[in-house]
Amino acid sequence: MPLLETRGLNKTFGGVHAIQDLDFEIEEGEIVSVIGPNGAGKTSFFNVISGIFEPDAGQILFDGLDISGHTPSQITKAGIARTFQNVRLFPNLTVLENAMVGQHCRTSSGIFAAVLRTPKFRREEMMIEKKAKDVLGFFGTRLVGYRFDQPAFVLSYANRRRLEIARAMATEPRVLLLDEPTAGMNPRETIELTELIGKLRDERGFTIVVIEHDMKVVQGVSDRVVVLDHGVKIAEGSYQEVSTNEDVIEAYLGRPADLEGAK
Amino acid sequence: MTTVTTSPPRTASERSPVDRAVMRRVLRVGVLAGGVMVYTAAIGMFQTFNDKEIIDPILSLSYLVLFAIPAVAGASFSKRVAIEGIETEPLSTLDIAKAAIAGAIAGVVVALFALLVDLFPDLRGTFPKLGPQMVRLLTLEYSVASGFIVLPAISAVAAGAGAAFAWIPERIRRPLLLAGASIPVLSMFEPLVDDLFDEIPAITDFLYSPAGALTITSSIVVALVVAGVSYYLRQRDPIIKKRLSQSADVSVRRRTTIVLAIIAILAFVVLPQFLGGIMNELLTNVGLFALMALGLNVVLGFAGLLDLGYVAFFAVGAYTTGVLTSPLSPTWDPVLSWWFAFPAVVVAAVLAGLMVGTPVLRMRGDYLAIVTLGFGEIVRILLLSDWLSPYFGGAQGIRSIPGIPVAGTQVNATSPELMIYAVLVFVFIAVYVSWRLEDSRIGRAWAALREDEDVAEAVGVDTVKAKLLAFVTGAVIASFAGALFAAKVGTVFTNSFQILVSIIILVIVIVGGMGSLPGVVVGALVLIGILGGPNQPGLLQEFGEFKLLIYGALLVYMMLKRPEGLLPSVRRQRELHQDEFLQDAWLDKGEGDEPQSPGPSVAEPGGQA
Repeated sequence: MPLLETRGLNKTFGGVHAIQDLDFEIEEGEIVSVIGPNGAGKTSFFNVISGIFEPDAGQILFDGLDISGHTPSQITKAGIARTFQNVRLFPNLTVLENAMVGQHCRTSSGIFAAVLRTPKFRREEMMIEKKAKDVLGFFGTRLVGYRFDQPAFVLSYANRRRLEIARAMATEPRVLLLDEPTAGMNPRETIELTELIGKLRDERGFTIVVIEHDMKVVQGVSDRVVVLDHGVKIAEGSYQEVSTNEDVIEAYLGRPADLEGAK
Repeated sequence: MTTVTTSPPRTASERSPVDRAVMRRVLRVGVLAGGVMVYTAAIGMFQTFNDKEIIDPILSLSYLVLFAIPAVAGASFSKRVAIEGIETEPLSTLDIAKAAIAGAIAGVVVALFALLVDLFPDLRGTFPKLGPQMVRLLTLEYSVASGFIVLPAISAVAAGAGAAFAWIPERIRRPLLLAGASIPVLSMFEPLVDDLFDEIPAITDFLYSPAGALTITSSIVVALVVAGVSYYLRQRDPIIKKRLSQSADVSVRRRTTIVLAIIAILAFVVLPQFLGGIMNELLTNVGLFALMALGLNVVLGFAGLLDLGYVAFFAVGAYTTGVLTSPLSPTWDPVLSWWFAFPAVVVAAVLAGLMVGTPVLRMRGDYLAIVTLGFGEIVRILLLSDWLSPYFGGAQGIRSIPGIPVAGTQVNATSPELMIYAVLVFVFIAVYVSWRLEDSRIGRAWAALREDEDVAEAVGVDTVKAKLLAFVTGAVIASFAGALFAAKVGTVFTNSFQILVSIIILVIVIVGGMGSLPGVVVGALVLIGILGGPNQPGLLQEFGEFKLLIYGALLVYMMLKRPEGLLPSVRRQRELHQDEFLQDAWLDKGEGDEPQSPGPSVAEPGGQA
């Protein structure tokens, strides 16, 4: 049984079909890339899965249970975490606090426990901090030590992306949705992140769906590639298969005739 | 504001644009200062303040305020904006001259105003404060004509002095400023000092004249003492700073905070014993407003939800207490003691929090503010309505609410020295609860909510729950204030729950420092203690009439100059000073690197002339 599966997923905005009859599945431990030209519905796809938008039709099955219509926080709690295309951190919280917020849905202390500082509360706070430091440590020395207490807005662009991934990791998800994790990174950082995505699966056991424009990254990380265009899945398969698929080439570059005419 | 160099004097025909810019500025500052001076006179502030002497008998508050305006305006001429890499021009006598001219212009404006009032006595019909008495005061008892000489002269001197102040070396300037400030402050706080030292009449007799102002001798002594102490401390400053920087690590700083907190608590516990009824009454009001501000701080400062109808929760607390404990409550018969009513108050507040919180869950920012503003008014109007009047007494409200029964006595307004402790207990509870909550899983969730609601939801924070929790916590804290208020004054009616209360609480939180517990308490002390609440007198009763004006002016000033508040929270400080933090972080990273040398000047100062 696939860990995450969508069946006949549909989402329209006014007259625009952002997603049309999308069937998608990912097995536990797989890394799947979702690619497609701009406006193909990739991010909408993520938004629907993560509960930010409710699908108009279709099912989203996570571990066999339909999660469509749940709130984003419920879905995160169920085990799907995401990052955003345009990095969205809590800029005025510290690096450590950002990661600690991720643990919110895995903890349960209430208002009275917090005020009375019960032993359970203290244990939990210690756990939260440990977990947060652990996920920050995943990125080497970049987000640790003196960085812990720095506000997130002082981070460099690449570090913000890393912190966002760390925050998603802190929610202890089973599926990670990464929306263009290498956007805006320089080539060296991109290579490093490509390796990290592999490590995320191999060391941490996450199942990963990644939206990516950089074909080197796609080639480097994907077990499978899904291509969207105008909300429709137009191809699926290994990177080799997809990259030679005519529909895909057409979606990215237009028909050969147009190509000739344009250039 | 940029400063411009003036070139050597030229004849009028070949004035450069720079000269003209300087002249325009002088004129602008002068007219503006004059306008403000005229304004204080026109609204009657000047006359009211004339009754308060600062130094008996030579200086009254009215003249102090009036001529402080050109002094402040004059000081703006010797202000230099320091930009790294650009050399600021040195202060020159020209600055003082410019300031003096601006001051003279301001004086002329005021003299013109006096002339106007003198020529058109009919103005009195529209502005009742204008009249011959004010003309006499404004012109310092001289004639209107000589006012054109006296006023510009004094204003020019004040403005020139304001500008010249920057010349004084820093280590002398500070003691001087403090000494200068201590005189009006001590004079204004005469009731407090009088109350504190009423056991030792020698002190107050020496300090104050029968009119309640410092005498000439005592003000000289006070100024000398303050200047001396300040100078001495300043010399020791590096040592203190060094000691503080040595304790930079977190645990020591934490211990310092705790020690300071204990000292503050002890001060609050012991102080009421030394204060008289009026001061305790005043502090009780401060406590009640601090309590409400602490509650709003949870909603607004922590969770970022702008609730403009916050007074509704205060009303819920007060009315629940009233209905349950008063023998005269219209429909509810059993008379409970305050202590038994209290759990019901909390329950009512929780329900009220949920009732206000639930419908506005989907609203954000401005919309939330408007809707909650409406809710605040709805509660008040409902209480007045025919529907609820039979239960809550309508416009008459509920009377004969007994105090808090403690050990056989009733604690209420007649025993302010006991009431203050009841209020303090709840303030401590609110501070403690807020402090613990802020540094917890829930506090982080609120902070995340404040930063970015969508993302908070996406990383697993149940924003519905977090918002309701914030509303409920805030509501319960405000209901404490309501319950205490009802027991204290013995009567609740809708007049005490005007929208103005919500606004004032908001101003306390903003001026004190949103999200900062010490800030909020200090905000309440400063605003309610010194200026007074909407229906409560403050320490400076002279300001009573102009309380709201000063509130407004203070709010505008704070928004412009110190938007993070008097004692800001760390997060808010970061948010509003991102660029400085970025610089610091960058310097942190560059530790050990070559220090950045001040680069070549970006532009030659005055080069564009």
